[in-house]
Amino acid sequence: MEHTNTDMHDNQLDEPLAPKRTRLEEFWRLFKQNRLAIAGMVFFIVFFFLAIAGFTLTRGNTPVLDPALVRLQDKLRPPLTRPNLERLRPHEIPKLGIYIFGTDDLGRDVFARMLQGSWVSLTVGFVAVGISVLIGIFLGGIAGYYGSRPIRIGQLLVLAFLFTGVVLLINKLIWAGSVVLIGSAVCILISIQIKKAASAKSRSAAARLWNFKTISIDTVVMRFVDIMLCFPSFFLILTVVALLPASIYNIMIVIGLTTWMGATRFVRAEFLSLREQDFVAAARALGLSNFRIIFRHMIPNAVAPVLVSATIGIASAILTEAGLSFLGFGVPPPHATWGNILSDGKRFIFDAPWLTFVPGIAILIIVLSFNLFGEGLRDVLNPKLRERN
Amino acid sequence: MADNEALLSVEELKVYFRSEDEVARAVDGVSFKVGREETVCLVGESGCGKTVTALSVMGLVPIPPGEIAGGRILFNDQNLLVFNDNEMQAIRGNQIAMVFQEPLTSLNPVFTIGDQIGEAIQVHQTAPPTEVIQRSEQLLKDVGIADPAQRLKDYPHQLSGGQRQRVMIAMALACDPKLIIADEPTTALDVTVQAQILRLLERIQKERSMSVLYITHDLGVVSKVADRICVMYAGIIAEQGKKDAVLKTPKHPYTQALLASLPNRDKRGQRLYSIPGTVPNPAYKPRGCPFHPRCQYAIQTCCEQFPEMCHYGDAHMARCPVIFDDGREN
Repeated sequence: MEHTNTDMHDNQLDEPLAPKRTRLEEFWRLFKQNRLAIAGMVFFIVFFFLAIAGFTLTRGNTPVLDPALVRLQDKLRPPLTRPNLERLRPHEIPKLGIYIFGTDDLGRDVFARMLQGSWVSLTVGFVAVGISVLIGIFLGGIAGYYGSRPIRIGQLLVLAFLFTGVVLLINKLIWAGSVVLIGSAVCILISIQIKKAASAKSRSAAARLWNFKTISIDTVVMRFVDIMLCFPSFFLILTVVALLPASIYNIMIVIGLTTWMGATRFVRAEFLSLREQDFVAAARALGLSNFRIIFRHMIPNAVAPVLVSATIGIASAILTEAGLSFLGFGVPPPHATWGNILSDGKRFIFDAPWLTFVPGIAILIIVLSFNLFGEGLRDVLNPKLRERN
Repeated sequence: MADNEALLSVEELKVYFRSEDEVARAVDGVSFKVGREETVCLVGESGCGKTVTALSVMGLVPIPPGEIAGGRILFNDQNLLVFNDNEMQAIRGNQIAMVFQEPLTSLNPVFTIGDQIGEAIQVHQTAPPTEVIQRSEQLLKDVGIADPAQRLKDYPHQLSGGQRQRVMIAMALACDPKLIIADEPTTALDVTVQAQILRLLERIQKERSMSVLYITHDLGVVSKVADRICVMYAGIIAEQGKKDAVLKTPKHPYTQALLASLPNRDKRGQRLYSIPGTVPNPAYKPRGCPFHPRCQYAIQTCCEQFPEMCHYGDAHMARCPVIFDDGREN
């Protein structure tokens, strides 16, 4: 590769022999070999466009496909039957001219309802996982990068004040909340004063107590993760959802807030090993700030396992949402989701099996395809697993 | 050398590493100076404190467990040890840059060469993107990489070890630092590439009139690049002086032993000399002169008293009071 050129000025070096492939090309080359993962990805893309189509076709006052339009004349029609044109009023005639997935016990078009539900599943999956990945990267990054730093008593006080203040504010105790929040601001000011005085080398006993080291950041974050993992998360979600007003946003947030632990552990583990890497030391030697090192240099190197767990997390979030809807805790009734179509259909499972089969198989396919896609990603992104199959 | 000439002046630097029940005195009172446009080599065995010395100049010693226990590091007559994080960040990369030992792992695998050199420029200076690209290209050309415009788009894994070390040097040069600390920059490279990199560093140093603090354990490299040499042993400087003075008339028994253990043509067929014993554990250094258990000239005082620096003229000094006239007789 490099010849023994004596003078770099005059003789230029040869082209490097390393293959001219970008990482993306390399990634795609490996990914292509895994047929199941490709199938998963194709289903994922189809689902994505279906969900977007579902969103645009079923919204508004006069949607193209109305998922909520009741036609009692046409109830429980099997899939692929034509509507009974004589008995329907003009605005009740489905635009497609056919019930692709049949109708339910109120004569609503199951195809339209499935489309509407697919948007719910997609958004729940992505938003919930987005929330959990953001929390995971943030907490995992802090635990991994700053983990060995101890939390001082002063900082503990600030945190305690902040937490109680926010809780009080949430409970609409404006006055008490504000007072406690001001308390935390005072604590921050005291810390700054003590830090300024620290250069004088004469520290009072109070200042030393204020700076007394308690447990490390890593301990706090990771023990919190352990605590969260102890809860059976589906029941935790059920409880929270039962307490909150039923809405799709609450469900997204609750699922997101109860599934971030895996991402946190992954990111922390990656950060612990990345922190010791030479390129991080080199970045520091270039005078980069901690912020820049974490966000520009370490996170891009740490996202691979998070990406994999996120893909599989989307599948489980979709499943959780369907389960919640099935139990009646999900999105409120007029809105269709795969879970509540399934739940409505179970009363007619022998008379109208399509009402349970269609959403059931849709859930199966989506969850399966996300899992296959996720596993394909993991095989490509983790070279150690590559040789197995 | 007069004080005002020194770009970097390390004075009685002490860096300790604390663990639960012991204190490792990695650097234990090191003083040396690096003049403008001068190359100073820190030489010594593994674990003698070379790298820790360099890291403390950069302010990169991990604290804790590390601890700067004393001394001053004057750079342009400013004490770097009292600087806070932000002030140090402005110095690092901008005025003092570092080239690391392992070019294979010192580049971030997920960014292109151009991104990384560009970042080195942008962190300390504001420049429009087109100018950044232009300057990155010029830097790559300066370090002898062919087809720089194309290489800027490459990822680190597409380059060879020597090319990566050139890129690292280009990054170090990005902001025209006054001092480059090279921590064994050629250890991971094979011999021919090593020679190229050494010549490159030498040429760049002349062109840009920089100072270089070169850390190595390779006396062959030292004899090529150094203006002055500091020989370190167990956290102290055993001997320092001009290259020729130290290599030709070593005054410290450790330096003599090091030179004696080099293979050369006259010793062909003979058994290679080696220094008896091992480097002391930095947490349990012997009393007195740290080298005395391995020193063939050791006398009673060596076991009891920490040796003073003895001056031999022309800034040549050695921490050994047992004076040798020609390096052989006691």
